[in-house]
Amino acid sequence: MKALSRVNDFVVKFANVNGSGSASANALFAKAVLKMGVPVAARNIFPSNIQGLPTWYEVRVVEAGWRGRRGGVDLMVAMNPETWDEDVIEIEPGGYLFYDSTKPLPPSRFREDVTVIAMPLMEICNATYTDPRQRQLFKNIIYLGALAGLLGIDPGVIEDLLAAQYRGKEQLRESNRKAFRLGFDYAAAHFKPIGLRIERRDQVGNRIFVDGNNAAALGAVYGGATVCAWYPITPSSSLAEAFAKHCHRLRVDPATGHNRFAIVQAEDELASIGMVIGGAWNGARSFTATSGPGVSLMQEFIGLAYFAEIPAVIFDVQRGSPSTGMPTKTQQADLLTCAYASHGDTKHVLLFPEDPKECFEMGAMAFDLADRLQTPVFVMMDLDIGMQDWLTEPLAWDDGHRLDRGKVMSAAALEAGKDFGRYLDVDGDGIPYRTYPGTHAKRGGYFTRGTSKDRYARYTEDGNAYVDNMQRLLRKFETAKALVPAPLVRRAAQPTRAGAIWYGSTGAAMAESLVELAAEGIHLDQMRLRAFPFADAVADFVADHDHVFVIEQNRDAQLRMMLVNECGIDPAKLIPVLHYDGNPMTERFVTREIAEKARLFNVTPMRPRQAVPGAGGRRRADSAD
Amino acid sequence: MTYLTKPKLHHPALPTNAIGLTRRDYEGAVSTLCAGCGHDSISAAIIQAFYELAIEPHRVAKLSGIGCSSKTPTYFLGAGHGFNSVHGRMPSVLTGAALANRDLIYLGVSGDGDSASIGLGQFAHVMRRGVNMVYIVENNGVYGLTKGQFSATADKGSKAKRGAVNSDEPIDLVQLALVLGASFVARGFSGDKGQLVPLIKAAVEHKGVAFIDVVSPCVAFNNHPGSTKSYDYVRAHNEAVNRLDFMPLREPITADVPPGGVESVLLHDGGTLRLRKLHAEYDPRDKVGALSYLEAHRAKGEVVTGLLYVEEHPTELHDAQNTVAVPLNALGDAELVPGSVALAAFNAALA
Repeated sequence: MKALSRVNDFVVKFANVNGSGSASANALFAKAVLKMGVPVAARNIFPSNIQGLPTWYEVRVVEAGWRGRRGGVDLMVAMNPETWDEDVIEIEPGGYLFYDSTKPLPPSRFREDVTVIAMPLMEICNATYTDPRQRQLFKNIIYLGALAGLLGIDPGVIEDLLAAQYRGKEQLRESNRKAFRLGFDYAAAHFKPIGLRIERRDQVGNRIFVDGNNAAALGAVYGGATVCAWYPITPSSSLAEAFAKHCHRLRVDPATGHNRFAIVQAEDELASIGMVIGGAWNGARSFTATSGPGVSLMQEFIGLAYFAEIPAVIFDVQRGSPSTGMPTKTQQADLLTCAYASHGDTKHVLLFPEDPKECFEMGAMAFDLADRLQTPVFVMMDLDIGMQDWLTEPLAWDDGHRLDRGKVMSAAALEAGKDFGRYLDVDGDGIPYRTYPGTHAKRGGYFTRGTSKDRYARYTEDGNAYVDNMQRLLRKFETAKALVPAPLVRRAAQPTRAGAIWYGSTGAAMAESLVELAAEGIHLDQMRLRAFPFADAVADFVADHDHVFVIEQNRDAQLRMMLVNECGIDPAKLIPVLHYDGNPMTERFVTREIAEKARLFNVTPMRPRQAVPGAGGRRRADSAD
Repeated sequence: MTYLTKPKLHHPALPTNAIGLTRRDYEGAVSTLCAGCGHDSISAAIIQAFYELAIEPHRVAKLSGIGCSSKTPTYFLGAGHGFNSVHGRMPSVLTGAALANRDLIYLGVSGDGDSASIGLGQFAHVMRRGVNMVYIVENNGVYGLTKGQFSATADKGSKAKRGAVNSDEPIDLVQLALVLGASFVARGFSGDKGQLVPLIKAAVEHKGVAFIDVVSPCVAFNNHPGSTKSYDYVRAHNEAVNRLDFMPLREPITADVPPGGVESVLLHDGGTLRLRKLHAEYDPRDKVGALSYLEAHRAKGEVVTGLLYVEEHPTELHDAQNTVAVPLNALGDAELVPGSVALAAFNAALA
């Protein structure tokens, strides 16, 4: 077996035990590659646990800049005896296995087609350190040093990163630097160069490495949110925590030291959404961050906000479901529960960011939309975008943008005698005017309720008034179509009768997969959805094609269901491509799925496909672009 | 309920308060509750209290949950904004509203089903957080709108209209509020407006969470012999610990104070609240004493009323949040949106 030989295009996977301090060393590895000017796609694959269970960190070194997972592992850094066997199996034929050789393992635990790099890490640590905690922590930095030596990472890059990380903590910086050097020098003295190399490039540019929760929280700051109520739930907690961090930096009145924000960690998700609705009713931009189980709990309140027409922004960082599901895994399985949240006839605005940059943009935009439409708006993130660091374009803000507070009747307008009916459709767009409580002594006061009411907010059980109101809500939803981000269409390089529709984090694997498929002769026109309600262009896109693949990350093809129902599309035209094991979809998976289904449905004339080596599926071309 | 429309005109010589409004300006729509319902008396007391305090009605936000009691905010302070939210969740909606605009007065109206059963969790946490509000529970021991099921405040052994006997221990919201950190706790009786109006006024003036449990008989389902929430039972077992006779607030103490037994309680703004003690040993600033007094009298089947506990130097949620003096809903783009320069710094730190 020939050992793999690749430059700036391979997958390194770290297998660790969580709580062992590996996370910061592994993140340092990813950052070091970035500092070498080479893009990475990194995924933390972690358990719902604080200490002692297996955890993995996958770094795809990818000069071509793809942001999804490829599938397969070229270099396994096997630091967890518990997962040894499965980790060894995952290595590509010709790949590499780096491990701690302090305790000998029988040959049966290795593979003949894998190059083994043995380093007695524990022995080195025990010889160098006396404190057990140090032996554990520095082991991570030592293997980082060894990997830097093996792969050709400039040690200066990592020393700079350590200096930045431990600024003001000289002792820590020096001890980490020494540990790093120990590993680096060991590699130089003991290992022969391997086929995987990292070489300096300038492919990162001004892109930033950030997680979606952090970016979305900043979006909420820029969107003018002042009230945040939340309840801790993976994978959304870091969004609320990031909002607090950003606010303490950006939203404290410099003159008084007082906060221009309020953040409440509520007793549960019912209380969080209740506070959001109360705050928004009273004219403050309010939001919560949650995940599927939280959305389930919020259902009754979401119906109230829909029917009483109160803005509310809900960031749903989706995770493995149903029930408690897989809290630390990713899915796109809350689509239906959010789109139609609550009992009765309801429909809600959904935004679909595809990466942290859009988390920021849509995180801000959601507040304008919620105020303009006076209704709940969901920002549909997932764990993959929310909690993973993504290489993304720098965040941008137009200083000319003004927050759109929607139709709010002022005290002056009320004083001038303007007719105020809280549920009166004065402009024909289904959106009525509202007043903030306390605006005017005599006019503009009204009663907000979840019960049926007439155009002037008076309680009524009259069927005509009820239907009139429900129809207006539909008109309002129609208005929303033109206000939400439009779907993005890209035509295939060659004319084709087949298309692909997807949204959100699925785009990372899709972007690369479309290139691979085109290389195989499968050409697909592409539509990336960015919001619900669906624009009319969505139905048109499907009508223009014989078959459209709908790629999403859930079992029941929820997006496809919505397309069928909302756009009146013939289900036979929509071919589901589903991935829902909780791990971010790989390019190999989606390419294989689409290629096989394309053949089954005779979607497009095909050239004979290449043979599929190994267990990991079709081997991707070394030059992806 | 009455089917008469309330006349808009009123007698030109109706007295006005300090801001020139009549009592009528504090009324709302005509009640749709049963004739004789205790809740209507509480609405009347709320009207009287706000009239006497000379607070502009539109500066009051009235929030409630679901149930008979939660319908009542329609019947008072018609110029104010009201919010009939979802069952048991008024506290969270009010908390959000209070965060958004600290300049309004927040009045939460709830019932025993709404607060002691489905909403017990939110009741507990709004007390813990010290939201600056008046929280009134109109407590009748039954579910009225669903026709007479026991609520969680029904006394053990009390009888339903159709004869069923309640076998569960009651939840005493007053004791709960005390334990959970409410800084103002009182109990009134809908049949004693003279006691209730000053309690509501004091609660409005209190800067923190002020809880008033008002026993309010349900004439339709819980006003029969064997009930411990009936007019007759409460009148016979009412154990008032004090009367809030005066609320001079910022005015100097006048000479017509009855001698003996008068206690002054300082208010946050320097005003004083004056209590006429009916029981010399009862000190409303002693939380532990209040709890043991309540428990001892509860065991005897007595309903202790009056101002039961007040913290003289309360703090509220906005203190804990360290929020700016300007209401959050009044902050503009300049105060809220950091702009592209701050964003560039964020980008630079992550590049």
